[in-house]
Amino acid sequence: MNQSVSQLIQRLLGSMLLLLLLLVSQPGFSLTTDKLEPLLKKSTWSQLEQVVISLTNEGSDASQTVLEHWLNGRLFVVKKQKQLVYAEKTPEKKYRIYDLLSSDELGTVKKRALKKVRINNQLRSVLKTALASWDLKSKNPDTRKKAIYASLKTLDNKTLNAFHVMRANEKNKKVLSALDVALSLHTFQTAKGAAQLEAIHVLTDFNHPYVRSELAASLADTSSTELAQSIRVALAEIDQRQQYYGMAESVFFGLSLGSVLLLSAIGLAITFGVMGVINMAHGEMMMLGAYTTFVIQSVFPNLIDQSLFIAIPMAFLVAGAAGVLIERLVIRHLYGRPLETLLATFGISLILQQAVRTIFSPLNQEVATPSWMSGSWIINEALSLTWNRLYIVGFSLLIFFALLFVMRYTRFGLNIRAVTQNRAMASSMGIPTGKMDALTFGLGSGIAGVAGVALSQLTNVGPNLGQNYIIDSFMVVVFGGVGSLWGTLVAAMGLGVVNKFLEPWAGAVVAKILVLVFIILFIQKRPRGLFALKGRAVEG
Amino acid sequence: MENKWSKGWLTRLLLEDRAGKLLMSFVFVVTTVVVLLNTLMPESSALHVSNYTVTLLGKYLCYGLLALALDLVWGYCGILSLGHGAFFALGGYAMGMYLMRQIGDRGVYGNPELPDFMVFLNWQELPWYWQGFDSFGFAMVMMALVPGILAFLFGWLAFRSRVTGVYLSIITQALTYALMLLFFQNDFGFGGNNGLTDFKDLLGFSLQSDGTRVVLLISSALALMLGYVLCRWLVSSRYGRVLVAVRDAESRVRFMGYRVEHFKLVAFTVSAMLAGIAGALYVPQVGIINPGEFSPVNSIELVVWVAVGGRGTLYGAVIGAVVVNYAKTWFTGVMPDAWLFALGALFVVTTLWLPKGLVGLYQQVVDFIKTRRQLMSNRELVDHG
Repeated sequence: MNQSVSQLIQRLLGSMLLLLLLLVSQPGFSLTTDKLEPLLKKSTWSQLEQVVISLTNEGSDASQTVLEHWLNGRLFVVKKQKQLVYAEKTPEKKYRIYDLLSSDELGTVKKRALKKVRINNQLRSVLKTALASWDLKSKNPDTRKKAIYASLKTLDNKTLNAFHVMRANEKNKKVLSALDVALSLHTFQTAKGAAQLEAIHVLTDFNHPYVRSELAASLADTSSTELAQSIRVALAEIDQRQQYYGMAESVFFGLSLGSVLLLSAIGLAITFGVMGVINMAHGEMMMLGAYTTFVIQSVFPNLIDQSLFIAIPMAFLVAGAAGVLIERLVIRHLYGRPLETLLATFGISLILQQAVRTIFSPLNQEVATPSWMSGSWIINEALSLTWNRLYIVGFSLLIFFALLFVMRYTRFGLNIRAVTQNRAMASSMGIPTGKMDALTFGLGSGIAGVAGVALSQLTNVGPNLGQNYIIDSFMVVVFGGVGSLWGTLVAAMGLGVVNKFLEPWAGAVVAKILVLVFIILFIQKRPRGLFALKGRAVEG
Repeated sequence: MENKWSKGWLTRLLLEDRAGKLLMSFVFVVTTVVVLLNTLMPESSALHVSNYTVTLLGKYLCYGLLALALDLVWGYCGILSLGHGAFFALGGYAMGMYLMRQIGDRGVYGNPELPDFMVFLNWQELPWYWQGFDSFGFAMVMMALVPGILAFLFGWLAFRSRVTGVYLSIITQALTYALMLLFFQNDFGFGGNNGLTDFKDLLGFSLQSDGTRVVLLISSALALMLGYVLCRWLVSSRYGRVLVAVRDAESRVRFMGYRVEHFKLVAFTVSAMLAGIAGALYVPQVGIINPGEFSPVNSIELVVWVAVGGRGTLYGAVIGAVVVNYAKTWFTGVMPDAWLFALGALFVVTTLWLPKGLVGLYQQVVDFIKTRRQLMSNRELVDHG
């Protein structure tokens, strides 16, 4: 490397750093430099500890940032400018440095240019305590709660006193209950007699896993039978509740799987269920919907959060149009020959898959999840449900009821039912049957497209997306009873829940196999599914 | 006039089926020529047929047998099975198991008792369902018996409860899908994802040697011809007549007092056994069997072979299998991306415009010209009259 060039770069970098330093050291940031002075020099451990204490007393967000980086070993001094920064190692063994307050990148420097701020184990524990107390003072109740739970394993008198003070002023219920757990746990560990029993009684109502393990551990070395008895009662109660929550979780997972099945089957419930078309290209309609989402997100990369709301109507249009086209060009000629329809639509599905492979790529595409769908809904320590699954459950039900409404209460739905029930009669009443066929198929395909948007949030978006769901969706429709929308709902949710309850016992794949075998056997018993249509429609 | 019934059943069988006779002679001639050119001609000669071609032809003939099996149930009995790939794969696995046992201690781990993948999974002894596969005779029986038993049980359940048409197609598809998931399981004992491979020899002859390949080709051709004669015998017998009647008007046949499900069950089981034999012959030629063979797409592709060739003719199925697979080989060599487009289009075109397949194309053209001419002459009559 040319010496002069690197010097020039360093000097440029230095002046940039200085400029940035000037920019950030404005009022509003209360990080005073003189407090940090010992960090820049060679200081004793006790002087460094003093810095921690003074920063803790100051209590600003900026101080917290400094302490966090310090604890994580990312706090450095730039030797030349005597400036504090935090740094990350780059793959080339250099360090990329950032401003402490604004997190702006300041450039990349060699290791030699930096000096790490010292840290040892004692200081680490001081830092940890300091940071924990920070969280306790946080404005966000969730952070406060988490900080309390984090301190459960290392309860000492100092923190307990702080908790007692906190409890007097705390208004948030969740934080209060967390405080109760901490205080009662401490009482349980230290007190004797009635107070201990009382503490056990309080602890019984909480789900934090540490409480249970503490109780169970103390059971082994307790000598008093009365105490042991009440611990056992408490444990039994906690376990029973855990089991109940576990069950609730399984049901939720089952419903979530069921809603995926429902989504994938609901379009088929129209094309196969109502029209009787064996639509093997159904999965590819979902694939089209998923790819529509991908395209929308690529076209509007800044609107990830809103992308799904644009993608849903677009996917309906794209898949619906494809459906109408397929019906007019191919399926129209094959009515009354179901096996031939099966083959022709399978051919179409192959063409669509290969088209996607050629246009996009044979690899899976990345579809982003909007921020409002990530995270989970924490009900309590034992039970939390992820938002994306909750939304999918809600969305699938929404689509289902929307479809039900269309079929039952609109002119369009009335016409669809008229044509399926008696084509000749419907035709003589002036319903354009050919147009209705195309539109019905378009409706089913469009809904499959909308389902594809939802599926893009759950699985890989690739050319095989459709194939992975096609068998499941046929199973759901056949199991529920062809032609019955309610049957599809019950079948999807039922199979989903059964599958999830089998899973812990048999493993995911075997559970799926068992469900398939069950359906195969069920169809032998009731060839027309759970909710068989009765009467004339059956003959058609 | 000579009474044709006085002849033996085999003569009658062969004499009455002109197209089949032609096709079988063709298979015989092509196989003989390929075998002779491969073994007798020196490699430098322009007339030499490569080992690759020998194996490829062998593969096509196995596919032909598989298509024949499907045509027996679909063309003559109206059962569109979307799970015949499963029977093929089961036969293949039975052969694969025998070949695995033949490896002995020549595997990577050199364990004389256990196949490599079991050593890898830390299994201590051979599972019960692998017992007996050291013997070729036993394995040969299993190749046909396992698919046969599965088809019998499945068919017995399905036909007895009168699951027909599309429903039956969908549950056969579910069957092969479930089997695929099962065989993908590593601890199921059939090699999981990787399947069975690295075969060394068959009955002591190396699978890599030219001689073995030729013998395998000859066996495939023989199996195809025998399978054809068997199917032909079935469909031209009294039993076959009833089978066709079941296809065309199931309820009516039932009302006439026939046990429809028994007729279907026989056809389904025989067909599955033939598919199993096809699979068993296929595996030593390609050198691997894995759970991908169970994939539902394979079974549907098989249906299109039969549809393209012309269903309900037996010889059409064989022709379809060979033509489609030749096209597949050609496409994947020249423009691999276009193959699925071509296959997809083939599905659509055959169902829309070629209901009788390639073998019906001639008749279709003749009919078309005839009606056209009729139409013309009618018009002329009108014009002049």
